[in-house]
Amino acid sequence: MRIGLFIPCYIDAFFPEVGIATLELLERFGHDVVYPRDQTCCGQPMANSGFNAECADTEALFVRNFSGFDYVVAPSGSCVHHVRDNFDSIEQTDEVKEVRARTFELVEFLHDVQKVDAFPWAKFPHRVGLHNSCGTLRRLKHALPSELHEPFFSKPIDLLSKVEGIEFVKPARPDECCGFGGTFSVFEEVVSTKMGYDKVSDHARAGAEYIVSADSSCLMHQQGCAERIGVPMKFIHIAQILNGTSA
Amino acid sequence: MSTARGRTDDGAMLHPELRAEHDPDAIIRDGRRLDHAEGASKPLRPAPEPQPRGAKVHGNRPIDQQEAAARFIAASEHEKMHDERLWDLRQKRDREMHGIPEWEELRSLASAIKEHTLTHLDDYLDEFEANARKNGIQVHWARDAAEHNRIVHDILRDHGAKSLIKSKSMLTEECGFRPYMASVGIEVIETDLGERIQQLDNEDPSHVVVPAVHKLRTDVAEVFARTIDTDPGNSDVHYLAEAQREATRPLILAADAGMTGANFVVAETGTFVVCTNEGNADLSANVPKLHIASIGIEKIVPRLEHLAVFIRLLSRSALGSPMTQYTSHFRGPRAGGEMHVVLVDNGRSERLGMAEFWTSLKCIRCGACMNTCPVYRRSGGLSYGATYSGPIGLIIDPTFNARKYSNLPFASSLNGSCSNVCPVKINIHEQIYAWRRELVKRHEVPLAKKAAMKAAGELLSRPAAYRAAIAAADTALAHLPRFVIYNGLNAWGKHREVPHSPKQTFHGWYRANRGEKT
Repeated sequence: MRIGLFIPCYIDAFFPEVGIATLELLERFGHDVVYPRDQTCCGQPMANSGFNAECADTEALFVRNFSGFDYVVAPSGSCVHHVRDNFDSIEQTDEVKEVRARTFELVEFLHDVQKVDAFPWAKFPHRVGLHNSCGTLRRLKHALPSELHEPFFSKPIDLLSKVEGIEFVKPARPDECCGFGGTFSVFEEVVSTKMGYDKVSDHARAGAEYIVSADSSCLMHQQGCAERIGVPMKFIHIAQILNGTSA
Repeated sequence: MSTARGRTDDGAMLHPELRAEHDPDAIIRDGRRLDHAEGASKPLRPAPEPQPRGAKVHGNRPIDQQEAAARFIAASEHEKMHDERLWDLRQKRDREMHGIPEWEELRSLASAIKEHTLTHLDDYLDEFEANARKNGIQVHWARDAAEHNRIVHDILRDHGAKSLIKSKSMLTEECGFRPYMASVGIEVIETDLGERIQQLDNEDPSHVVVPAVHKLRTDVAEVFARTIDTDPGNSDVHYLAEAQREATRPLILAADAGMTGANFVVAETGTFVVCTNEGNADLSANVPKLHIASIGIEKIVPRLEHLAVFIRLLSRSALGSPMTQYTSHFRGPRAGGEMHVVLVDNGRSERLGMAEFWTSLKCIRCGACMNTCPVYRRSGGLSYGATYSGPIGLIIDPTFNARKYSNLPFASSLNGSCSNVCPVKINIHEQIYAWRRELVKRHEVPLAKKAAMKAAGELLSRPAAYRAAIAAADTALAHLPRFVIYNGLNAWGKHREVPHSPKQTFHGWYRANRGEKT
């Protein structure tokens, strides 16, 4: 199938390896993956701060870029959450609704659409702590949040469990927010960074070598916090592990 | 050198020579206890960390929650205790939840009962009033805080009451009731221990269920030493609680009137229910002959059978205990006594008419959203500078004053844990998001933020300009954060490192490696 690859702005600029891993991974499954050159952003930063009108043109551009694909796939839960659940500053034409409905986060796509049963090329003999971003956990429903009394499930663990050698550690507060929160990370930077310090320390105490996540934005924040307080921790996007990055 | 210093609570005021040989405070070196001259090079006890105070309030000016939160975080002992104590409540709540197979069903049921009641509120309030009057309760209606305070004052004046004992009530906090009573010369004595601590310290409650949870026991020792003459060096909790009990009991026994709030009001029976753990509400209601209950109009449920749903959820969500120690039903005045109920609107009808925000009236004030909130746990409740703090505060406070509380909906990472623990399923994080939009619409956000967002929107909607902005820089880092994170590098880099800049953007890599593909 024909897939539009949506690479959020901060992945484009700071984590190109995440974009590359996502592209290669989708190509491994035989898809025709296209990266529309004129893409910028989904509009989330403005919308999250309450500025609906200010994100209308950006949302319109997103639709122009990603119209007509079978699926739009992005390695970022929070951006996909915005497109699917809050992308309403422009008129909801059939085209807009179509693009929103066809936009998937990578883990969802692999788990629910592709239904992958093996990653024979992937090996990751390390202890990892999984960080489900709040967008993937509580909006896209990648996994059961600890607050709810329902049967356990976790799509990222389902996928990562198929990777040879991987070992999971369990932090004391597995699904506490890491404090990134989009523009929250700068508007409320003191609270945000304190949450980040606590998050990376929790994973370190649990014995994690790596924190793995489907959101590079959380990882960017956590890495900045870990480096500042001197917690030795490595960070990796789930796409990289699933694509066979060895370390 | 080896030292053997233990807790200094009890013996700290004692002269060192008077202490027994096994004194935990003794400093031992080379197998010998140092005498007081040698040991005096160390202070007997490090000075306790002073309690960080709440947000600075300047009239109607927007509360700077972040400023107060930063001071709370800087007081690391307070922040750590607060975070751990409240996280412990959240864990206990989870344990209780796992003991109830139908937990999620209960939440749905509670939410549906509240939805039904709120959409038939006038009918149920009329039904309650009629039944309460039949029970001998005198029912009053207060449009707002001022009317509430006036009505209560009138009742007290009619009885010549000069002192009032009361149990904890967020509604009376909302109404500024204590300052009002002080201004008319009536003494108010809070009987909830936490609330009494806050009253003596002249501070608002920082949490709806545990009002003094932001205080260390050394803070309480300081307050009690100042106000009820306890030993300033003794912060033993039993000592402090006992001292407060001794100080307050005579006031309770002598009080002219008693006041409670209510957790629930039952329309079909004309009764109301108060849930406490200390039994203080029962003292407040039953010791004096006059009992006044101040109740928000949203507290009503139609029938007694509905109450059971909420009783099962309330204390489990709040404190992680199966139920409160006391669940007291008040049916009418005792022989020779009087019972008054003041039903208070104070903005609730207006909120009921707000399409995006009316379900916040379902709130049963359990505080579960506060306990789970990672921002609240690290900020302290007083940082919000409002009656209601934490996630529920973010969506209720702006209904009272959109300007003063305009920053609050931004004090959230929108993580959504609050909505998941809410026993009545209020979509709290979605309302926080909606309030941000609403405040922008009402021009209650800083102009600089608006300008930055407008600029960001313009850049991000023009691919050529966006690419040019990156290409013009030697590295992406030099320019990108300016429009990726808008506030520039200052706020990002103050307390964390900036991301490492790669040699090539993904865009550049794609051009080089999949060049022809479009």
